[in-house]
Amino acid sequence: MSVQDAPATAAPAPRSGVEATRLVDRLLRVRELSLVGVLVVIVLATTLYNSRFVNSQNLRDISLNVAIVAMLAVGQTIVVVSRNIDLSVGSVLGFTALAVGSLFADNPGIPIPLVVLIGIAMGAGFGAVNGALVSVGRVPSLVVTIGTLYIIRGADFAWASGRQVTASQLPDAFLRIGSNSIAGIPILPLVTLVVVIVAGFAMRSYRSGRELYAIGSNPEAAVLAGVPVGRRVFWAFLASGALAGLAGVMYTARFGTVDAAAGTGQELAVVAAVVVGGVAIFGGAGTVYGAALGALLLSVIGSALVILKINPFWERAIDGALLLGAIALDRLLMLRVASALQKRSGRRAR
Amino acid sequence: MPAELRARLGRWETLTVALLVCTVVAGAISSPDFLTGGNLNSMLADITEVALIALPMTYIIVAGEIDLSVASVLGLSSALLGALWNHNWPIEAIIPFVLVAGGAAGLLNGLLVTRLGLPSLAVTIGTLTLYRGLAFVILGDTAVADLPTQYTDWAFGTFAGTEIPNPFIVFVVLAVIFGFVLHRTTFGRSLFAIGANEEAAFFSGLRVKRIKLGLFVLSGVIAALAGIIFALRFGSARADNGTGLELSVVAVVLLGGVSIFGGKGHLLGVIVAVLLLGAIRSALTINDVADEVLTIVTGSLLLLSVLGPSAAARLRERGRGGARPPVEAGAGAAH
Repeated sequence: MSVQDAPATAAPAPRSGVEATRLVDRLLRVRELSLVGVLVVIVLATTLYNSRFVNSQNLRDISLNVAIVAMLAVGQTIVVVSRNIDLSVGSVLGFTALAVGSLFADNPGIPIPLVVLIGIAMGAGFGAVNGALVSVGRVPSLVVTIGTLYIIRGADFAWASGRQVTASQLPDAFLRIGSNSIAGIPILPLVTLVVVIVAGFAMRSYRSGRELYAIGSNPEAAVLAGVPVGRRVFWAFLASGALAGLAGVMYTARFGTVDAAAGTGQELAVVAAVVVGGVAIFGGAGTVYGAALGALLLSVIGSALVILKINPFWERAIDGALLLGAIALDRLLMLRVASALQKRSGRRAR
Repeated sequence: MPAELRARLGRWETLTVALLVCTVVAGAISSPDFLTGGNLNSMLADITEVALIALPMTYIIVAGEIDLSVASVLGLSSALLGALWNHNWPIEAIIPFVLVAGGAAGLLNGLLVTRLGLPSLAVTIGTLTLYRGLAFVILGDTAVADLPTQYTDWAFGTFAGTEIPNPFIVFVVLAVIFGFVLHRTTFGRSLFAIGANEEAAFFSGLRVKRIKLGLFVLSGVIAALAGIIFALRFGSARADNGTGLELSVVAVVLLGGVSIFGGKGHLLGVIVAVLLLGAIRSALTINDVADEVLTIVTGSLLLLSVLGPSAAARLRERGRGGARPPVEAGAGAAH
């Protein structure tokens, strides 16, 4: 967000710089809190309408849905923070989901951890291609990943040629990952939770994580500050691809039945979740936790529509409207913060 | 001007023309049906919507913005046409109404971009989802197939005894107008000025915001026109009409030599690229290549069209031996 450079030019004094960061920090926390608030309101209102909303089956469904979208959202956050975008994640998910299913179907007795690793590695491979094209080829990530979105999906269909993997071809132990729970919580959301916490910690506390924010705030300044921009961006895409691969594995474990169309259009839901979760589309700001909350909010809204018996076709329209609302809100807040900071530094100057 | 034109066409566009010639030759060798009137007809018909939308997309990309919502506007206008037809509106009233609705969809994009200062990429990814969602809300997953025959006949028919489909004539007429305006009027020059340096354009007295707003409205109207033609041509109005079409449109515009960073490009290049895409698709289809391979080819063309100029620019830099500018870090999402 350019909030961070606005105060730097307006008030070079170090103290106000700290103050500005604190203000931005607070604003982000407010964003996450308000997401929780909106979530609570929706859950309460829908439950009042029909208590079926909070029964264990529905909560399970929501948590399983969120697990996959939030996994993609974590990867997307890493990329978007560096002022890039990865639109190929839906196709990567679809390709790995089918690949994982086919591996099990064609090689009975293949060890499950091996297949999971292959799925992640496959996703990482796609991510590496995106990353190389963006950082070495110096091509805008938007165009690159729209291109690979279609190429990977096309390869998926061409390779599948109508094939479908069904649950009966998958080992029971693998399907149990998608259906079993630990201490009452389904396994898949727990996996996502672990990834969210690890990624959140790395983005906040590791040098490479902070450098992604630096790149996203001001790419040229990052270069001048000695940040290995190309390498960081490459690894961000690789991480996003790997997580999309893992999401593909989870997809197969959850649904059991997979065809070449798995995950079509997911990239839009993920970008919506990330932006609603407070990650600035122009990079430099936002957290993995916020993005995961955004994914949760969108899934809860989708589920609430069903309970409220609203035409399910509204879901996509609402996703789009929320995305627009979120970026518009961010923009307005940013303008207000910028003018507030300017006023403050103006006062001090006098 | 001819000298300038020659210089322009001397680089990227020559390559697209050469590719087009190669594709036509390869197509003709691979199948005796390739160079027939019937195949020309289906080739041009299949590319009509992409070609139409590529015209305003060229303007928008030249001016340094992007509109990814066009395929959804196409779907929305198809759905609207079908729904209104179900409500017994006369088609003569539906068509202008749908065009206005498309303009309104573009207006929303434009207002969010120019008045709130939001990035067009984010806005139009949002409206891509929103408009497609609304299309489904309007028509659900049903198809309206009983559209009036005199209109579907026109959309399916050919122009004055030639093999050129009627809708493609609409494109030809519009292409002449769009080309003239872009390359022969001050308005056209102002788009290049905005794309090359928006701030400088603003301080030279151009009404940057108003012009951009106009471009988004124009894009919406043309996308709606494409939606009407799509529905009539297939005799079927559906909410999922044209899903993913924005890829082909962006691919064609970039392949035509328009810079994704704005400020550079020629409509002739885009028209050659439109024909190239049509010829490639037609050559593949006629040889019974599966649809998914077409998707791979379109995606690869898109990558090629951005990697090519980027690599060429780097070679030129190296040739001059000049200092390399700092890496355009994550030139990414934004331009």
